[in-house]
Amino acid sequence: MRIGVLALQGAFHEHQVMLERLGAEVRQVRLPAHLDGLDGLIIPGGESTTIGKLAVDFNLMEPLKTFAAEHALWGTCAGAIFMAREVGRPQPLLGLMDIVIERNAFGRQVASFETDLDVPALRHLNGGGKAYHAVFIRAPLIEAVRGTAAALAALPDGRIVAARQGRWLATSFHPELTQDDRFHRYFLEMAQSKSER
Amino acid sequence: MDQQVATFAVKSGLAQMLKGGVIMDVVTPDHARIAEDAGACAVMALERVPADIRANGGVARMSDPDLIERIMATVSIPVMAKCRIGHFVEAQILEAIGVDYIDESEVLTPADEEHHINKHAFKVPFVCGCRNLGEALRRVGEGAAMIRTKGEAGTGDVGEAVRHARTVMGQIRHLQNLPDEELMAFAKENGAPYELVVETKRLGRLPVVNFAAGGVATPADAALMMQLGVDGVFVGSGIFKSGDPAKRAAAIVKAVTHYNDPAVLAEVSRNLGEAMVGRNVTSIPENELLAGRGW
Repeated sequence: MRIGVLALQGAFHEHQVMLERLGAEVRQVRLPAHLDGLDGLIIPGGESTTIGKLAVDFNLMEPLKTFAAEHALWGTCAGAIFMAREVGRPQPLLGLMDIVIERNAFGRQVASFETDLDVPALRHLNGGGKAYHAVFIRAPLIEAVRGTAAALAALPDGRIVAARQGRWLATSFHPELTQDDRFHRYFLEMAQSKSER
Repeated sequence: MDQQVATFAVKSGLAQMLKGGVIMDVVTPDHARIAEDAGACAVMALERVPADIRANGGVARMSDPDLIERIMATVSIPVMAKCRIGHFVEAQILEAIGVDYIDESEVLTPADEEHHINKHAFKVPFVCGCRNLGEALRRVGEGAAMIRTKGEAGTGDVGEAVRHARTVMGQIRHLQNLPDEELMAFAKENGAPYELVVETKRLGRLPVVNFAAGGVATPADAALMMQLGVDGVFVGSGIFKSGDPAKRAAAIVKAVTHYNDPAVLAEVSRNLGEAMVGRNVTSIPENELLAGRGW
């Protein structure tokens, strides 16, 4: 399977390492032509304003939307923001997922944290029963899921931190900063089901 | 379920999110807005850019918290601020106002001629400068979650940043070829914590994110540093001391993303107006060089 990692800015290398360890072929995507022949795309953590601006400047917005209509897409943190419909401030967005995001919802860097999550969607995976240890960095929150979007994981107080809508996945936290590859395996399953169709 | 804050994973993790990006020095909220609009992944809030610190002389200190807070209120991207080497109370103040990263910086006048801050004691993460691997690993040993080359700030001369990046990379390549029984002697010779020497050999890179800083003034300078293997770039005086800061800032951001694509680099390097005037490092008297500060 061939997976792209949007490499405009941010922690794209960390995703690449994880995907390659799972046997995927990985390509860094910086220009529209780099999307050709991919089975799925990850939009990494980074700064969503930087990623959005570069996507506009290098004419990636429409090609990314076209690609997303046919393929699996996963945004972590800034990537989740970039995929959302609404983030409450003006910045370039793909506007794919019917989710409302609050940026920096937990405060500034000193409030960044790690915590264990219960993620039922991972249970069918090998090793899926145990808690998922998630790293949140100046993290966004998924304030609301609408339409066909559904929550995949929430904090103990009920606030949503992961959501899926069809072939699109959004997480507030950073699986690429851990050694736990369950979310990457989950995403490869999403991309696989498309490439077999 | 418990939440753990201020772990090394979240401190170094923010630096990982800054990778492939440009961190820009700004001295006003307006500058900060220009930097954010140009695609900066973070800003460094300070009262004077290094070129002015160099020109004005005198003691350079932490910036006014009010200025830093106004910049924090203006942009949504992370805001960093500088404290003096060893001045842990300036660092406490910066942590209290909630900056996202502290740069314990040789650009300001050192407050301690022997000791750096114990950065493990803080919730906020730190970035520190280095000229070589030993210095980088001493700073990581003290708790720095991010490293940058020192270069020679405020000159617009990228030569020192190149020297420091090549020195660090070269020492890591050398380290990778050493048998394990020679690592303790390497640690001793370089004044580096042994465990971090072992870790660096295993990883084949610094254990934390490493940016270039000090003298970057053009898109080509930024791409040069990226091709030499750094994770991202700080630009200090190079943007707001140039003829068209907004355009130059955006061009440097694009150059860092497409650092390996000369066609894009050629395109973004066009018509940027005057670069900062700059000053050859070789023309600066030894006692005015900033990079020698740090122990």
